[in-house]
Amino acid sequence: MWADQILQGVLLGGYYALIACGLSFMFGILRIVNLAHGSIAVLSAYFVWVVAEQFKISPFLALVAVLPVMAAAGWLLQRTVLERSLRSGALTPLLSTFGLAVVIDNLLFQRFGADTRSLAPDIGDLAFNSWDLPGGASVGQLALITFVVAVALLGGLQLFLSRTPLGRAIRATSEDPDTAELVGIDSRNVFAAASAIAVVTVAIAGTFLAMRSTFDPYTGAAQLIFAFEAIVIGGTGSLWGTLIGGIVLGVAQNIGSQINGEGFLIAGHVVFFVVLAARFFIAGRDPRTLLRALRGATARGATT
Amino acid sequence: MSLLAVEHLDARHGLLQAVRDVSFELAEGEILALVGANGAGKTTLLRSISGAHRLSGGRVRFDGSDVTGVRASERVRLGIALVPEGRRLFGSMTVEENLLVAGRTKRPGRWNYETVLDAFPLLREHAKRRSGELSGGQQQATAIGRALMTNPRVLLLDEVSLGLSPVAVNLVYESLQAVIESGATIVLVEQDLSRALRIATRVACMLEGRIVLEGKAADMTREQVTQAYFGLRRGDSGSAAS
Repeated sequence: MWADQILQGVLLGGYYALIACGLSFMFGILRIVNLAHGSIAVLSAYFVWVVAEQFKISPFLALVAVLPVMAAAGWLLQRTVLERSLRSGALTPLLSTFGLAVVIDNLLFQRFGADTRSLAPDIGDLAFNSWDLPGGASVGQLALITFVVAVALLGGLQLFLSRTPLGRAIRATSEDPDTAELVGIDSRNVFAAASAIAVVTVAIAGTFLAMRSTFDPYTGAAQLIFAFEAIVIGGTGSLWGTLIGGIVLGVAQNIGSQINGEGFLIAGHVVFFVVLAARFFIAGRDPRTLLRALRGATARGATT
Repeated sequence: MSLLAVEHLDARHGLLQAVRDVSFELAEGEILALVGANGAGKTTLLRSISGAHRLSGGRVRFDGSDVTGVRASERVRLGIALVPEGRRLFGSMTVEENLLVAGRTKRPGRWNYETVLDAFPLLREHAKRRSGELSGGQQQATAIGRALMTNPRVLLLDEVSLGLSPVAVNLVYESLQAVIESGATIVLVEQDLSRALRIATRVACMLEGRIVLEGKAADMTREQVTQAYFGLRRGDSGSAAS
């Protein structure tokens, strides 16, 4: 029973890592906590749902069609909102992305109403099929695919950052934008490319959210909290830390629900606060080191 | 026609005017040594030419075109590269990555990853090490190599010997000799007057943001430069030197 709960928690952690991937990437590279992250995931879910319904195609195909549009949206988001916000200080992006979240949520509400929707009916048996394992445990097919996609996405991003010219340019610009300009890197375009990549990962996560559960215009806030908890547990800005953070969160929630029927969310929040407090304590109980504590042991960027 | 022309350049740091009405021209293949005391405005002048510092007045022309409003990254693509004071390497990236990231400009020229390592052999064995872990001399060689990877037509070198041991300075300058012999056009900020006068074809001395002395290095005596350096009138140099 416990082993099964832990296994399900690990798989759930894959989803949390997937939803946290874009938030972690954006914080690690652009140093922005994107409070519109969950809303963008839900926006993507609606987008995929509309394309899938309109053209009667698989959500996976619809996602392929939606990704370039979301990449362009990420690019524009950086050039029109985030870039300007960052120039006005570290707190302004928090306000502007919060405002963006409110706008997205309410536009979705105005267009689609409060009805809940899901992509689960569009993926047939995949939504509930599972493989039985020895000992009575089982692995949901969609949950396993989500986990594999999360690992592939995080690993792919890691390889992209370390092995490709654009990846190196993104890391250089993240470390020192002024010096990056001095070696011929247009920091504005490189940051916009990083934002596009982050939003693409959010779109993928939003689609898996829509396939595994229902969503409505205000689902984004909860997704933002899960993503935030996962990256704080794993060390903000660290891609592999995000996977570990997601798994720890998922396992904690499943164990919590095993202990008490209402312990699912509480257990996750408790682990989050314990990790945060431990980091805070280790950092020397100095409020000025809170940000460093948040970043954890992998504060040297998304590449570690 | 001059390759680089600076016309009545003014640059400020807030209320402080760091560079005042500076003008000079540089032809292809010339090496200009900018000398002057700390705070004379040399670094600000180099950063203004590279696009890293916004001008408050004047123009910068490069190869006949006005590049005053052009971004630093675009100036690199045109052929102006700065080796900044303090090296400013990407510390979490390896030496190899620091060099390759600058190679993205893909300007044609003799410099590529292999030719840079040939010019700076000390980098070859450290190519896979993080640049933040290197000694000062190795870091400076990486910084110069990184600028060369952009195949610049004008190389701006800011205080390449600053903070280095004499041995490291010699190593860096030995490697720089290959760059100089390739006919590079260089603006060099250097505190070591003797070394600057040895390398440069022209010398400009800055004092309180202005160029107070400029001429061919061969025509200039060390005493003249020293007087300009300290802002002394003729006859005062004896007391300044003592």
